[in-house]
Amino acid sequence: MDPRPIRTQPLVSVHDLSFYRDRRMIFQGLNLAIERGKVTVIMGGSGVGKTTLLNLIGGRLTPAGGSVTVDGQQVSALARRELFRLRRRIGMLFQSGALLTDLDVFENVAFPLREHTRLPASLIRHLVLMKLELVGLRGARRLYPAELSGGMARRVALARAISLDPMMVMYDEPFAGLDPIGMGVITKLIRELNDALGMTSIVVTHDVAEASAIADYIYLLDQGRVIAEGTPAAMQASTAPEVRQFMGGLPDGPVAFHYPAADYLADLLGS
Amino acid sequence: MDQDRGVVGHIRRVGRYTLDGVARLGRAVVFFARLVPGFSVVVTRLSLVVQQIYMTGVLTLVIVVVSGAFVGMILALQGYNTLVRYDAQSSLGLLVALSLVRELGPVLTALLFAGRAGSALTAEIGLMKATEQLAGMEMMAVDPLKRVVAPRFLAGWVAVPLLAAIFSAVGILAAYVVAVSDLGLDGGVFWAQMQSGVSVTNDIMGGAIKSVVFGLVISWIAVFEGYDARPTSEGVSRATTRTVVSSSLAVLGLDFIMTAFMLRGL
Repeated sequence: MDPRPIRTQPLVSVHDLSFYRDRRMIFQGLNLAIERGKVTVIMGGSGVGKTTLLNLIGGRLTPAGGSVTVDGQQVSALARRELFRLRRRIGMLFQSGALLTDLDVFENVAFPLREHTRLPASLIRHLVLMKLELVGLRGARRLYPAELSGGMARRVALARAISLDPMMVMYDEPFAGLDPIGMGVITKLIRELNDALGMTSIVVTHDVAEASAIADYIYLLDQGRVIAEGTPAAMQASTAPEVRQFMGGLPDGPVAFHYPAADYLADLLGS
Repeated sequence: MDQDRGVVGHIRRVGRYTLDGVARLGRAVVFFARLVPGFSVVVTRLSLVVQQIYMTGVLTLVIVVVSGAFVGMILALQGYNTLVRYDAQSSLGLLVALSLVRELGPVLTALLFAGRAGSALTAEIGLMKATEQLAGMEMMAVDPLKRVVAPRFLAGWVAVPLLAAIFSAVGILAAYVVAVSDLGLDGGVFWAQMQSGVSVTNDIMGGAIKSVVFGLVISWIAVFEGYDARPTSEGVSRATTRTVVSSSLAVLGLDFIMTAFMLRGL
């Protein structure tokens, strides 16, 4: 059964998107749709442009062709002011956390509230503590980013990303570099926040197991376009060689093991 | 690659460096133009600017006071040594004050500031870029130019003239101590010569204008290099070096031009 409801508009739709970096093709003819209220996982090998896609959705990059529409607004056509207004409704979790190192945990989570609202200090305190409680770090509020482990830093960054109660959160490689417990915590948080707060989640990752556990819908990217899509079960059951290579973690297959190079023998014998 | 050898290669390289330099200058100007709307931070969030003035000012204050004292004492000794040949040692106060206020105060403060605070500014902004903090702010709909760069730029611009004034004051006091206690000059004559010989409109204003220009240029170079740095550790270290080298050269070059205009008139 197709899990996508037919009547609602997708929150994000990417249409015929193309993007180049230094003449190198990153995307060409990319089409995908992110449904409201779902966890959509975008998978693909390293360097396939997953993070670039998030930057295109967030309007930090401008596509060379095609369009990205978020909640009915075409991102690349927005004026700076409107773009910033849209971004207030989008949370983003960076792989590094991107916490402000000169502020402690509390102030990091309070940062968007202080910048964008004129709430009284007592209310900001309540909101920050609520968000920190959600990620289980209320007790760590006076620590500085340098004192946090990788997993904790990511949870603080998550609390910050949801501090303005966004309609959507984008997660850039949320599982990378975490121990199994940390991964479990993040997986649980993404699912819970998505369902409890009624958000939409986009998760970019190359972790097949975590992605399968968390996703409502998966897109698999390669060579600048979507090569497969479906529910986790459908993806696991797929017989397409590219999908099987990726989901099974096989070193060689349609996605070549070798970076394009000249003939091996000729290369060795040549000067 | 073969084309990069020989005479043609050298010419190519010169051309490439020139183009790189011009492109860089262009980026710096565009960057400044984008930075200007952020100056509204003075009205909306004055505390951010004050905090940065405190940070950069305190960072440089000790080195400025110590250097100022030494330069003042050296000026007193060297000046006395020359003036005494013409039996003009009573003008020592004037010589020291003019040297400091018109030239050494602004220039040395600017050089010290570039080395101490300018490089720190570049490294800080560069590292914030490398660790995605600036990107994170952008995604939180906060303009890093306004929130991070503008307050630091304005603080640097304000701090340099203040520090230059402190430098000159400390230098004059140190020269006074040496002149009176070591060289045996009369304290009253030292001050009186200074009072009658230093003009507020010409000498003090001239020095003040210089240090305001130096503050602008150093802060501009420092924040631009940080913001323009490649987001890697190597990129940040290169940017930091470039800040010190370019701002030192800019300060000396501009000093020559401004001195020429001030002494010979427009």
